[in-house]
Amino acid sequence: MPGNFITSRLDAMLAWGRKFSLFHYPYVTACCGMEYMSAACAHFDIDRFGAGWTRFSPRQSDLLLVVGTVAQKLAPVLKTVYDQMTEPKWVIAFGACTVSGGIYDNYAVVQGIDRIIPVDIYIPGCPPRPEMVLDGLLKLQEKIKTQGQDWRWKKKSS
Amino acid sequence: MEKEIVLTALREAFPADVLETSVSLGDPVAVIRPAALAEVMTFLKKEPWNFTMLLDATCLDFPERPERFEMVYHVFALDGARRLRVKASLPGEGAAIASLTGLWKNADWLEREIFDMFGVGFPGHPDLQRLFMYDGFEGHPLRKDYPLRKRQPRLPMRPES
Repeated sequence: MPGNFITSRLDAMLAWGRKFSLFHYPYVTACCGMEYMSAACAHFDIDRFGAGWTRFSPRQSDLLLVVGTVAQKLAPVLKTVYDQMTEPKWVIAFGACTVSGGIYDNYAVVQGIDRIIPVDIYIPGCPPRPEMVLDGLLKLQEKIKTQGQDWRWKKKSS
Repeated sequence: MEKEIVLTALREAFPADVLETSVSLGDPVAVIRPAALAEVMTFLKKEPWNFTMLLDATCLDFPERPERFEMVYHVFALDGARRLRVKASLPGEGAAIASLTGLWKNADWLEREIFDMFGVGFPGHPDLQRLFMYDGFEGHPLRKDYPLRKRQPRLPMRPES
């Protein structure tokens, strides 16, 4: 079964490459942004985990970091940004507001961004400590490593 | 007392329109008839009172009162750093009060916010539309009878996980 052997090796190689080259798009709307800056800059330094390259264009990003409260008014914008990202893509909900709406159980705020877009990793906290962000990032890398890799040329041939 | 000088002057100038005066939390307060708002504010902005700055305009909702909405205006005089609070009560049905955009430019967005959140009308406002909530939003969310957990999403929501 030489075909199967090659498939599993390519999956592992793609997973390794993808989990250490996460280009992230910071969708920062609120105070969690301070904690994002702290996690992204030299003191905590997410670049150690291969996610230091911030792309301010969703079309060049793999990882959507939704940081801060998302209001109902803003929901279509977030959905558009998510739709613009190319596959494969992952989403991290950063902070209590994006996880569940947080303290804002009211008319204006989306009660968790998973009501709009699919979410891979939830990082709770108001705001989360940078250590928690790094922990979430490591968990996402673990997920990327173990999930099936989407490679288009495989799909075309089958 | 120094803070009451302006209240005395207001009572003398508008004996029929000033309903009540007091000093509360360090600031003089005048409760007026809503129909007289524009005249009272014009009087306060001019010499010698010089309340040239509109600090804030907001609204309160008391559903149990017959005059449901209470408008609150804070004005400020730069000479002497004096403040004054002006209040006026409005009925629940068709609540409206004169726009102050002719006197203070910043009344524009303050009044749009009040219209958005409480549904109070401002005849004379140049562009009275919602300030915070989006097109298609129904109701006025800071009214006390707005349901606490009512949502008006703009997108179809995914099922709750």
